[in-house]
Amino acid sequence: MAGKPKLHYTKGRGKMESIRWLLAAAGVEFEEEFVEAKEDLEKLRKDGALLFQQVPMVEIDGMKMVQTRAILSYIAGKHNLYGKDLRERALIDMYVEGTTDLMGMIMALPFQPPEAKEKNFALIIERATTRYFPVYEKVLKDHGQQFLVGNQFSWADVHLLEAILMAEECKPDILSPFPQLQAFKGRISNIPTIKKFLQPGSQRKPPADDKFIAQVKKIFNI
Amino acid sequence: MSGKPKLTYFNGRGCMESIRWLLAAAGVEFEEEFLETREQYQKLIKGGALLFDQVPLVEIDGMKIVQTRAILCYIAAKYNFYGKDLRERALIDMYVEGTADLMGMIITFAFTPPKERNLALIIERATTRYFPVYEKVLKQHGQEFLVGNRFSWADVQLLEAILMVEEKEPTVLSKFPVLQAFKARISNIPTIKKFLQPGSQRKPPPDDQYVATVIEVFKKD
Repeated sequence: MAGKPKLHYTKGRGKMESIRWLLAAAGVEFEEEFVEAKEDLEKLRKDGALLFQQVPMVEIDGMKMVQTRAILSYIAGKHNLYGKDLRERALIDMYVEGTTDLMGMIMALPFQPPEAKEKNFALIIERATTRYFPVYEKVLKDHGQQFLVGNQFSWADVHLLEAILMAEECKPDILSPFPQLQAFKGRISNIPTIKKFLQPGSQRKPPADDKFIAQVKKIFNI
Repeated sequence: MSGKPKLTYFNGRGCMESIRWLLAAAGVEFEEEFLETREQYQKLIKGGALLFDQVPLVEIDGMKIVQTRAILCYIAAKYNFYGKDLRERALIDMYVEGTADLMGMIITFAFTPPKERNLALIIERATTRYFPVYEKVLKQHGQEFLVGNRFSWADVQLLEAILMVEEKEPTVLSKFPVLQAFKARISNIPTIKKFLQPGSQRKPPPDDQYVATVIEVFKKD
């Protein structure tokens, strides 16, 4: 075993991207094995590598972990990105669940029927600007600290930056009503591990294109 | 403040039921406020009680926690239902995510138009994707509980999932002898036994009135 975590997923963002972000933020090098065809997924299943027959799967510390949240919680806990006590963990959990919901909507968009796309896109923008971003804007404004929780860099900050960038890909000026978030974005992007991940050549994946979407649909029978 | 956690949700299972189960398993008494009208919901939002304008909401230890998983994780950790270290937590997290996915299918079932409902898929997933996993985990280590030889959140949620699926298909455990024994064992734990009795705060399966109330409260103007 190399010692580096090994990620099993398709060669795109999907549910694995938040895991890539968190490992990168923690400065952890990782390997990736890509599921590129149905046969790759079937092989993993046949080998008994996927507890619930699903990816993401991350080989880490002798475990074959599945379920995105379980993996993220483990990485956050292991690398001190999960707050210092139960209360901070509760805040971090709440905040990441919010950004997970928002990013989930954006991820689901390419897989929705064409008739619903325009309506769902509008809903994403509405939710981002009226339900989610105002919350994080207020949290940062109210305590005036650099990070969302406990005056310390945590999983919540990484996830929020990821969500912001994803939302900006949908609508580039989406942060215009949110000065705190603009400053937050600038600040977190400059953290060395994050900065490195944002550079070309990193393991960060691009937004889904038509070719990727077609591949995913084929692999997972969607 | 009474000191007891206070749950705000509809008078039905939905996303709050797993929280009721876990509090009950931990022997924690709790109060409930039921959402019945749109006005109530809007009042909650206006009052700033709902971080993302959503329920479940649990007021506990001076916090207003929202997001089902955040609430469950807090309760599990507070009452020692979350394993003894990171590795046990990882196992518990994986197992509860599995049962949450299965129960999620059943929760949305009530809100799916009858023509589009797929009960067969739920039963298939239960019997080929989820139950075999827990059957194997228990069989392999031969212990009473899923993780670390100790009663945890994972056990509570698995029992909840088993009972939920059995409501849809009573014979669903017929090929899973280890789960049958598990079900009996966990059901007999005093706090669980109490929760399973009539008169507890456990909620019944969703009926048409419940579905109508939820739709009405969340209807966009």
